[in-house]
Amino acid sequence: MADEQDDIVLSELDDDELVLQMHDDLYDGLREEIEEGVNILLGRGWQPYDVLTKALVEGMRIVGIDFRDGILFVPEVLLAANAMKAGMAILKPLLAETGAPQLGKMVIGTVKGDIHDIGKNLVSMMMEGAGFDVIDLGINNPVENYLEAINNEQPDILGMSALLTTTMPYMKVVIDALKEKGIRDDYVVLVGGAPLNEEFGKAIGADAYCRDAAVAVETAKSYMDRKHNKLAAGA
Amino acid sequence: MLPNDETLTETGFSTRSDVAPSRVMLLACGALAREILAVIQLNGWEHLELACLPAKLHNDPEKIPGAVRAKVREARAKGYAKVFVVYADCGTGGLLDRVCEEEGVERIEGPHCYSFFDGNDAFAEREEAGEITAFYLTDFLARQFDTLIWKGFGLDRHLDILPMMFGNYEKVIYLAQTDDPALEAKARAAAKRLGLAFEMRRTGYGDLTGFLANAARA
Repeated sequence: MADEQDDIVLSELDDDELVLQMHDDLYDGLREEIEEGVNILLGRGWQPYDVLTKALVEGMRIVGIDFRDGILFVPEVLLAANAMKAGMAILKPLLAETGAPQLGKMVIGTVKGDIHDIGKNLVSMMMEGAGFDVIDLGINNPVENYLEAINNEQPDILGMSALLTTTMPYMKVVIDALKEKGIRDDYVVLVGGAPLNEEFGKAIGADAYCRDAAVAVETAKSYMDRKHNKLAAGA
Repeated sequence: MLPNDETLTETGFSTRSDVAPSRVMLLACGALAREILAVIQLNGWEHLELACLPAKLHNDPEKIPGAVRAKVREARAKGYAKVFVVYADCGTGGLLDRVCEEEGVERIEGPHCYSFFDGNDAFAEREEAGEITAFYLTDFLARQFDTLIWKGFGLDRHLDILPMMFGNYEKVIYLAQTDDPALEAKARAAAKRLGLAFEMRRTGYGDLTGFLANAARA
């Protein structure tokens, strides 16, 4: 895809062509082109939310599919994420001004003893792109950090990440702490990380194991839908 | 004869193909071949056979349990009554343990080879004490840094992702199995390329020797 790049002038493309080109540019991790594309669409009167969802999120969705299918690998996904991040940096203040729809709030962090955050950062970004307010606690979080953030932020969803076999059991420590406080069922708990699997997620009492960022977004959306349906039924 | 590191990374290898059922089979990661053969030779455990899977499986740990299961069955089909697995958990999140249990074979304890080379107890204590920002190299990884880490992680093509991949690490700790100044220099150079501090820890073969002694007695 990158070979054709020299001949393309983004500003000369019509909206549909430009959006498709931005999908390609995200795929190729072209940060500057994404920034340019975002600015062109905004200049043409596009709503920031439409730029985010139609150009960036949809582009990353394609990247996610090819990552899952083994066509793209971590380095390429990181470059794409970097490009999307640059686009989002332009859109974020505008989204706040224009009152883009908010699906819910998530607190997310890598557990104690673990400094790996590539997957967690991808989830954070994709969740933000999908319309979630994300509070990212970073890496190496003891249970107290999660409890404090839950208390302060009152999220809908708690996300935990771990890359090591030795650190993934700590997720259960956090979930048990929520149970002890009698607040476990107040939050949807999503877990993820390379050595995890669905069975582990169930065994520790999480609501769902998410194998990648795209699954995390879909799972989070589905839980929010259920929550809204429940509230509507109770109203 | 031990093949070169490229072969151990990409293909794996085994010490022989015609086997006697009285012999013991060690199924191992290619990254451990040299060390396992060294321990066998040092102790004269000639009845231990070795078959190695490609070390590059470490970049896709979800493939390890299935690959080990296939090798265990292959060894059994060849008549080996005793089979030992020289893989740590290696990021399989307990799935390798399940395979070992289902196939009735024992594996070396530990979450990864860094841990059993250092000694599982000592490594756990260090982790508990806060050693969590170290990126570990063994002799094999020092030799194969370019193939498995630099190229394997795509840093040869996209240097700009280095901070995203290694930004939370503070130092490289080279767990040295042997006393080899050339390898130390390679490990030191690797740390420099990653932009990390360097420390060397001479571990020898750690818990590997005890595990192989156990297999030799089986």
